[in-house]
Amino acid sequence: MTTEQKPGPIVQYQDVNKVYRGGNVAVEHITLTIDQGDFVCLIGTSGSGKTTTMRMINRMLEPTGGTILFKGQDIHKQDPVALRRHIGYVIQNIGLMPHMTLYENITLVPKLLKWPEEKRRAKAEELIKMVDLPVDYLDRYPAELSGGQQQRIGVIRALAANQDLILMDEPFGALDPITRESLQDLVKNLQQKLGKTVVFVTHDMDEALKLATKIVVMDGGHIIQTATPTELLQHPATPFVRELIGEERLIQARADVTTVGAIMLKNPVSITPGKSLVEAIQLMRDRRVDTLLVVDDNGYLKGFIDIESLTRQYAKSTAVADIMQKKLFYVQESALLRDSVDRILKRGLKYVPVVDQDNKLKGIVTRAALVDMVYDTIWGDNADHDAQAPATDAEPQAGGDQNG
Amino acid sequence: MANMNTWQQFFYYMTTNGSYVLSQFTRHFLISIYGVLIAAVIGIPIGLFIARNRKLSSTIIGIANVIQTIPSLAMLSIIMLGLGLGVNTVIVTVFLYSLLPIIKNTYTGMVSVDPTVIDSAKGMGMTSFQRLYMVEVPLSMSVIMAGIRNALVVAIGITAIGAFVGAGGLGDIIIRGTNATNGGAIILAGALPTALMAIIADLVLGFVQRRLEPKESSH
Repeated sequence: MTTEQKPGPIVQYQDVNKVYRGGNVAVEHITLTIDQGDFVCLIGTSGSGKTTTMRMINRMLEPTGGTILFKGQDIHKQDPVALRRHIGYVIQNIGLMPHMTLYENITLVPKLLKWPEEKRRAKAEELIKMVDLPVDYLDRYPAELSGGQQQRIGVIRALAANQDLILMDEPFGALDPITRESLQDLVKNLQQKLGKTVVFVTHDMDEALKLATKIVVMDGGHIIQTATPTELLQHPATPFVRELIGEERLIQARADVTTVGAIMLKNPVSITPGKSLVEAIQLMRDRRVDTLLVVDDNGYLKGFIDIESLTRQYAKSTAVADIMQKKLFYVQESALLRDSVDRILKRGLKYVPVVDQDNKLKGIVTRAALVDMVYDTIWGDNADHDAQAPATDAEPQAGGDQNG
Repeated sequence: MANMNTWQQFFYYMTTNGSYVLSQFTRHFLISIYGVLIAAVIGIPIGLFIARNRKLSSTIIGIANVIQTIPSLAMLSIIMLGLGLGVNTVIVTVFLYSLLPIIKNTYTGMVSVDPTVIDSAKGMGMTSFQRLYMVEVPLSMSVIMAGIRNALVVAIGITAIGAFVGAGGLGDIIIRGTNATNGGAIILAGALPTALMAIIADLVLGFVQRRLEPKESSH
């Protein structure tokens, strides 16, 4: 019932609005599809409407306009109580029942659903083992646990009735960084292992980038951008999104998400194999370079010639094809810089030609460009603005469009 | 008799009239309990109701407050006009005086339940009634109990005055003592058990209240 369903939308917002009494607009024109197995992070500053958006799914808040579908059915036509029992709910302040033991807390929804006692007991034991707490903790009260342990219980409580969808409202906001990190790992793990869909509200970009498969950036009640973490880092849609991500994170993430194509210099100096050596020397002199890349008439990369072999063989040969060296290290335009930078730097090359999938020459990556990149990452933005600017400017044209 | 001091007289009175004192003690206790129980049966639902409908709370608590300000002897007399002499008048008076602490404490207990607990209870799919009896009432039980405890201690005092309208109880013995010459010992025979009853009621209900307290969060 839980995991076998094939991926498809589990929640669909169709032009949803929420206006509070007094005309306070909380969210407007929310259209969003959440697929089965997605880990969706709603992120924004306070007052951006992210919590409102989430709480409308289990009808803790009623939209004032638009439709929300849960598994294809309009939630407005469903009994809110029955609906909520099929949607896990984890809140920031944990919300464990202080007068109930952990066992009673975990199995609250199963009890509401009238599961038999043995089934509830088995489920509780299975779940508490999943979060590495001893089984005899089941008879303890929440107050006997640390905050992190309590929220572990809060998380498994949301899974106890095999809910497919879990809503989490800044669940780790009140925890210390170390505990938070371990709980993030836990949730991510459980989500992937059990194939659950999670809608997660946070204002912490690190958290969103770490957990989400889909990030929804909200501001002033509107969805600003919906993207995977990689897309978000690569192409923040507005200055607001850039700001929310933070310049520092963008720079640090650049090596992870930037392609070679994004930082390459276009229009490399090249020559065709049929040209004479005289022409080659002329070209080198004009462009003040000591090597030439050799491409055929259709732009396919064939090899290169350098000034040394040119001088050595000038007397014997006439055409570029004769002295061309075919052994050549090159990188794919679409390759991630993260994967390529090491190889480029280790070989000690001054530059590396960049080709597309068809082996057509697209540009070159110089050692200098890479070094700029590394400096940026270490010293941040202010170290040198001018070195960074052209790389960023080139991004949309080179990295984005030419790839496909 | 005259050669005994007050304490000796007191013990003499108690040994000779022990069963009479005991029966008045029981009567006194029952009058107080009945009044408080009826107040609880009516006051707790009122408290729960105004906790759900907060707009009404100031009106209802205001009314209960006004009742509380009427002096108990005056209240007894007013009710006596309607119900005549006897036990019922005292029970109604006790009931009226118990309403305020019980309503107020029920209301306070309900509104002081951690809203995040209620939010998560609702979000997990509890009906309004399930939230009430599985979460809100258990969590406010100790505060409600404190109200009942308060009411009972006050009720024991009011019942003592109730002897004036012929309800009996330990107040009867006190009045008898005030009417007798050198009745100090008789007054004590009525007053000390009254005080004892109030203290014991307070201790017992205090214990019950602490048992009902939800375990406090450690952070």
